[in-house]
Amino acid sequence: MSFAENPSEFPVTVDPEKCIADKGCTICVDVCPLDVLRIHPETGKAHMKYDECWYCLPCELDCPTQAIAVSIPYLLR
Amino acid sequence: MSQNLDTDSVFDADVLVIGGGTAGPLAAYKAKAANPALRVVLLEKANVKRSGAIAIGMDGLNNAVVPGFATPEQYVREITIANDGIVYQKALLAYAERSFDMIRELDQWGVKFLKDENGDFDVKKVHHLGTYVLPMPEGGSVKKILYRQLRKAQVLISNRFMATRLLTAKDGRIAGAIAVNSRSAELLVIRAKAVILAAGAAGRLGLPASGYLWGTYENPANSGDGYALAFHAGAELTNLECFQINPLIKDYNGPACAYVGGPFGAYTANSRGERFIECDYWSGQMMLEFYRELQSGRGPVFLKFDHLAPETIAEVEGILHKVERPSRGQFHAGRGTDYRRDMVEMHISEIGFCSGHSASGVWVDEFACTTVAGLYAAGDMASVPHNYMLGAFVNGAIAGEHAAEFSRDSDLAELDPGQIEAERQRTRAPLRNATGLPANQVEYKIRRFVNDYLQPPKSPRKYEIAQKRFAEIRDDLKRLVARDAHELMRALEVHSILDCAEMAAAASLYRKESRWGLYHHRLDYPERDDDEWFCHVQLYKDASGAIACRKRAVDPYIIPVETAERDAYDRLRILARN
Ligand SMILES: Cc1cc2nc3c(=O)[nH]c(=O)nc-3n(C[C@H](O)[C@H](O)[C@H](O)COP(=O)(O)OP(=O)(O)OC[C@H]3O[C@@H](n4cnc5c(N)ncnc54)[C@H](O)[C@@H]3O)c2cc1C
Ligand code: SF4
Ligand code: SF4
Repeated sequence: MSFAENPSEFPVTVDPEKCIADKGCTICVDVCPLDVLRIHPETGKAHMKYDECWYCLPCELDCPTQAIAVSIPYLLR
Repeated sequence: MSQNLDTDSVFDADVLVIGGGTAGPLAAYKAKAANPALRVVLLEKANVKRSGAIAIGMDGLNNAVVPGFATPEQYVREITIANDGIVYQKALLAYAERSFDMIRELDQWGVKFLKDENGDFDVKKVHHLGTYVLPMPEGGSVKKILYRQLRKAQVLISNRFMATRLLTAKDGRIAGAIAVNSRSAELLVIRAKAVILAAGAAGRLGLPASGYLWGTYENPANSGDGYALAFHAGAELTNLECFQINPLIKDYNGPACAYVGGPFGAYTANSRGERFIECDYWSGQMMLEFYRELQSGRGPVFLKFDHLAPETIAEVEGILHKVERPSRGQFHAGRGTDYRRDMVEMHISEIGFCSGHSASGVWVDEFACTTVAGLYAAGDMASVPHNYMLGAFVNGAIAGEHAAEFSRDSDLAELDPGQIEAERQRTRAPLRNATGLPANQVEYKIRRFVNDYLQPPKSPRKYEIAQKRFAEIRDDLKRLVARDAHELMRALEVHSILDCAEMAAAASLYRKESRWGLYHHRLDYPERDDDEWFCHVQLYKDASGAIACRKRAVDPYIIPVETAERDAYDRLRILARN
């Protein structure tokens, strides 16, 4: 199946230096109400997989290492 | 994913709660407290730790009935008037009578409310008539506190399961539900003696002006599934034409919030910085004045803080930028808006269904019973008007207790394999499609038509065009395609959104008058018509499976309302000086 690519800026960024997903942390993935975060199979770090964000901040506030930064999605900013 | 396609997991519950936001946790907790032997299952689309409207806490109770400030009778009267008389007062009273006990219980659990120097609750006036707003400047931890109680009570929690259909028995009573996992696409069949719906508002009905599907007022996980679940199970819904429309920070699309700022002296103003309404409590009448101001030469509309002392503003910021929608501060900073200097530009939100704020919900009585035996509803999706967070807690509790009692006296109903098979086919279709329409495109189109045609003021011709477009999109649903379990959840949400859009159109066309200010402002019937329309509009699925409506008389009031008081909310406008 093929969908046309429709790029958008991800409102959530993860600092790979700080993220400790490789040590078993999945907190941000667990708490996101929209379920848009995942641990990347290649990098072993958290990342935003789907651009469906309510800029509500549980991921950022609950991350034990302050690795996550949420910005207001560009269309609203 | 194909290994999951045809196997189901089945399990049994005495009480099944769908939605673990605000009402759901209380329902599950109280069912278990009423009878610890019961198997109580709480099913949540997201994760109960951080889900729903209060995912990140809340900055106050909007409708606290606290002795010394208000009585249950006063509260019932206020909401009867605010909702233009169309209320089932027994349910309002059932809420109001338990409001204070619930505050005390939450207080004991560790939820922090504003107290005065004597340690008494410090309630503020925001409503037109009475005093009901209890601030929670440290309200960020509500969810953690609820979660702890659920664990203590040993409620069984299933996160990341989206309920997609209710199951009913031959005699029409509730038999259980079907749910789909949003990570694995696993299909779950739950047999239950009683089911409590607490799936929140229909928050993805209209499209926010930003065009971002997820930039809604409501938590976007609340896609109206609860309304669709109830409808397909044969329950009656009510007042769906009484839309939810809120005054929000433009583009950010969250509350500013007058309930927090108001008690400190902030107010809604026009571009001249002048007040144009007497009261900032959200009602249809208030929204109509807001709309008129926007349309006039005096718009846009702002929330005005800049006349307040810097210490006061710092205190307000300390609340608004920390709880409920804590990214507000970042938004203002990005635009260089400072409350000390600038008024905050406001606008009108997209439409939705939500009894928590207006009155659109699944019909419930004073025990949270719907019209289907064994099926309950509570919170934003149940029909108790202006019910907000404390209403969700209290009515969740009422539903939980009643469901516990109901399940003691009943057996598990026999499941209908036909219903399960039909739902398996419906929920598997997007995964089986090799090519087709992605959910986000179909959703965008439905919600844009909702804005184009259903947004008030309402015009019947526009509504008929909308119905035609919705019917065409219904034909497209079979072409929805999902590449993974997450996209499957989105595709199934699109079904709910379309159901809600069609219900919004049908109910609005049925009520041939204007009522509730902007919420149901019809251009062809601009006046209120109490002779014909002093009634609820009940919406339900008829024998052919189509949407049908009927009138339901307003039950005789148990708390009388003086004729002179009745129109208080119609007199909100402050006349302009020139
Ligand atoms: C931004 C905002 C600010 C507010 N401010 C205030 C305030 O200051 N004071 C106040 O009193 N009230 C306030 N309210 C209103 C109040 O928060 C709500 O009325 C109340 O929380 C609603 O509770 P609920 O349980 O009905 O819905 P929610 O708490 O939203 O819970 C619904 C739950 O159902 C889940 N769900 C949805 N669909 C499904 C499905 N198919 N299967 C399984 N689970 C599902 C969702 O993930 C969610 O967790 C505010 C609301 C919002 C959105
Ligand atoms: S919560 Fe923080 S540390 Fe944990 S996985 Fe997410 S980003 Fe990484
Ligand atoms: S801000 Fe909210 S919706 Fe966005 S990724 Fe974080 S938790 Fe998820």
